[in-house]
Amino acid sequence: MLKAIYRWIDERIDITPIWRDVADHEVPEHVNPAHHFSAFVYCFGGLTFFITVIQILSGMFLTMYYVPDIINAHASVGYLQHKVAFGKIVRGMHHWGASLVIVMMFLHTLRVFFTGSYKHPREMNWLIGVSIFAVMLGLGFTGYLLPWDNKAYFATKVGIQIAANVPFIGEYIKVFLQGGDVVGAQTIARFFALHVFFLPAALLGLLAAHFFLIRKQGISGPL
Amino acid sequence: MSEQGREHQPSDEQHPGRREMSRRQFLSYTLGGTGAFMLSMPILWNLRFAVDPLLQPKAETEWVKVIPESEVTETPVSVKFQKHVVDGWYEHDPEVEAWIARDENGVIFALSPTCKHLGCRVEWNGSRQYPDQYFCPCHGAHYTKKGEALAIAPAPLDQYQVDVRDGWVYLGQLTPNQLVK
Repeated sequence: MLKAIYRWIDERIDITPIWRDVADHEVPEHVNPAHHFSAFVYCFGGLTFFITVIQILSGMFLTMYYVPDIINAHASVGYLQHKVAFGKIVRGMHHWGASLVIVMMFLHTLRVFFTGSYKHPREMNWLIGVSIFAVMLGLGFTGYLLPWDNKAYFATKVGIQIAANVPFIGEYIKVFLQGGDVVGAQTIARFFALHVFFLPAALLGLLAAHFFLIRKQGISGPL
Repeated sequence: MSEQGREHQPSDEQHPGRREMSRRQFLSYTLGGTGAFMLSMPILWNLRFAVDPLLQPKAETEWVKVIPESEVTETPVSVKFQKHVVDGWYEHDPEVEAWIARDENGVIFALSPTCKHLGCRVEWNGSRQYPDQYFCPCHGAHYTKKGEALAIAPAPLDQYQVDVRDGWVYLGQLTPNQLVK
């Protein structure tokens, strides 16, 4: 059945070469944990991506209940967590995944650093990776405010004060992030927009570039 | 792959003719199964989370005390009352209206003022053209005292469940009209 559907599509638009380009490629021995167990360090990039997919999925579903508004945000989070079936799990995935994605990304960065994989000719991909790191931190920072509890509020207040200390443009950054004179209604609205539209869009673009380059240049050689 | 050559050989001598599963098949089944299981868990939780409103039990409407029994006459009167609504994380008490009257046997009944055509508000004696009828100003739908639709509207006015206790009229669930056929 599945094979028939695949053949039907393939006959018309010839997807086998595309599929081969994307998925069918050798895994070199020095990055295959089946050959050298220590090669598991090469999994961290893929694990980061896997958790990112979980974050996108659980985040999409959370917005079915969540309201980015100072009066309703905390109540809607409480409702989805305590009243909706599997709310604890879905919010839990997003909550713990948010920390885990940073951990995995950091381990991936360490692996790239200590294997020297960032060197010529892969400098561009290192820079893209650093940008992904920054976007991820931005996602973490903006997402932290959304439950609108005390922790969220004060963490954002402190974070914005830190950003305000940037020389010369600090004050502008602060007003841009806050959207007003205080951390409040306007802040949560724009943090939500950044968290679900702008930063994920930037992230997906950067990830596409990251993956394109790794396929183009191949995995760096053994130590 | 060297395993492929052995794929279809009945290698177990005690069961000649029995086809052994190849290593490749076994690995793709176990790895595929584990992978599918791991992927389906978060997806299933998310889906159950999303369809939760479909599976919630219908909220029961509480009885609301609206007017003393003695004030209800044969002529419908408009009564406004507060109804407690639990809307997810938002609870509020919107004002709703009912037209309350007695029928020819003195039995109290209450109708919803929402027109069954397109949902405007109907009014008793709302038009001089149709005396002693409910009239909707939007498209001229009109109804008898018991809510029977005489023009435009496809159905009679909805009816509240009525209960009379200790000299007071209580209104409950809104139901389709049972007074007229």
